[in-house]
Amino acid sequence: MAKRSAPEVNAGSMADIAFLLLIFFLVTTTIEKDKGILRSLPPIEPPDEENVVIKQKNLFVVLLNRNDQLLVEDELMQLKDLRKATIEFLDNGGDVDGEGNPCDYCQGKRDPSSSDHPDKAIISLQHDRETTYGKYIEVQNELVAAYNFLRNREAKRLYGSSYPEVDDVYFAMLAEKEKNQFKRDEQLEERIAKIKTMYPMKLSEAEPK
Amino acid sequence: MSKFKNKKKGDLPAISTASLPDIVFMLLFFFMVATVMRDNTLMVKNELPNADQVEKLSKDRTTFIYAGKPSEGFKSKYGELPRIQINDAFVGIESVQLAVTEARNALREELQDKFVVALKVDKETNAGLVSDIKQELRKINALKLMYVTTVRNPNE
Repeated sequence: MAKRSAPEVNAGSMADIAFLLLIFFLVTTTIEKDKGILRSLPPIEPPDEENVVIKQKNLFVVLLNRNDQLLVEDELMQLKDLRKATIEFLDNGGDVDGEGNPCDYCQGKRDPSSSDHPDKAIISLQHDRETTYGKYIEVQNELVAAYNFLRNREAKRLYGSSYPEVDDVYFAMLAEKEKNQFKRDEQLEERIAKIKTMYPMKLSEAEPK
Repeated sequence: MSKFKNKKKGDLPAISTASLPDIVFMLLFFFMVATVMRDNTLMVKNELPNADQVEKLSKDRTTFIYAGKPSEGFKSKYGELPRIQINDAFVGIESVQLAVTEARNALREELQDKFVVALKVDKETNAGLVSDIKQELRKINALKLMYVTTVRNPNE
């Protein structure tokens, strides 16, 4: 028998096959990163606890009815005005906080009939069972935006020199913390905590009626 | 003179494409590894609301709860009213506690107190359903919550 050598397989089309697969995976891949509004729920309080009395002027009531209309402090309001109204309320600083310190960083009108101190100011968001979720999130977004605006402003005033090129200093600080999550930076964490205590997020969500 | 000219003349040598398959394979493997197939099949309509004050979600400590109207294929069986979906099934509000507790216990211990529940809720849903879910979460002390949204540019 004649010895026949096996013919060599042509590997020229290998690249084509690989390209085909590559394109398939390229198209099907969705590298998705979920983003959203992070909130903390209040823990369920033991039933025997006494109700804390909150002064009416320290409470910013936002009502959202079943027709998605917005009632803020007993006045109808458009969504676009909500952020400004919230900032005005939080930043009012008309009186002193629980320990008797006046709000020396507030830039509000110091109206005695509005909130005493950012530390005491509480936003109460109430919605109807039939409010649409999309509208509810838009309102939440505006309220969180008001807090973020004030925190950014204070962060810029206090620590802006460390971040000369950014506008939203508080966000920049949070991003830096995220980036260095395996390397604790005491100073940075202290600064973030300080900004947070200057404008603590007190956003209460009552159960719907 | 001609001695030197000869060297400079002549066509450019063809670039060897022999390593092309290797390069392509490398890319292919990258994408194959990076591709995550969806772990849950969505059974509800899920058009997320829009927000700009968003934070990133860390997937390693998260469980998802979906809610919305059943999508086309499930309408005949489950009706038109918004429902809750966890993992791959529609569940009633009473099963939320169990499912979330289970998901939390499956996490690594050091992540358990950073546990986040991500709500992917259709924007047409009634907010009442969402607050029902929130009540259930409060009962089992799963207090960190993320409303997953799409992101819009804050300057618009």
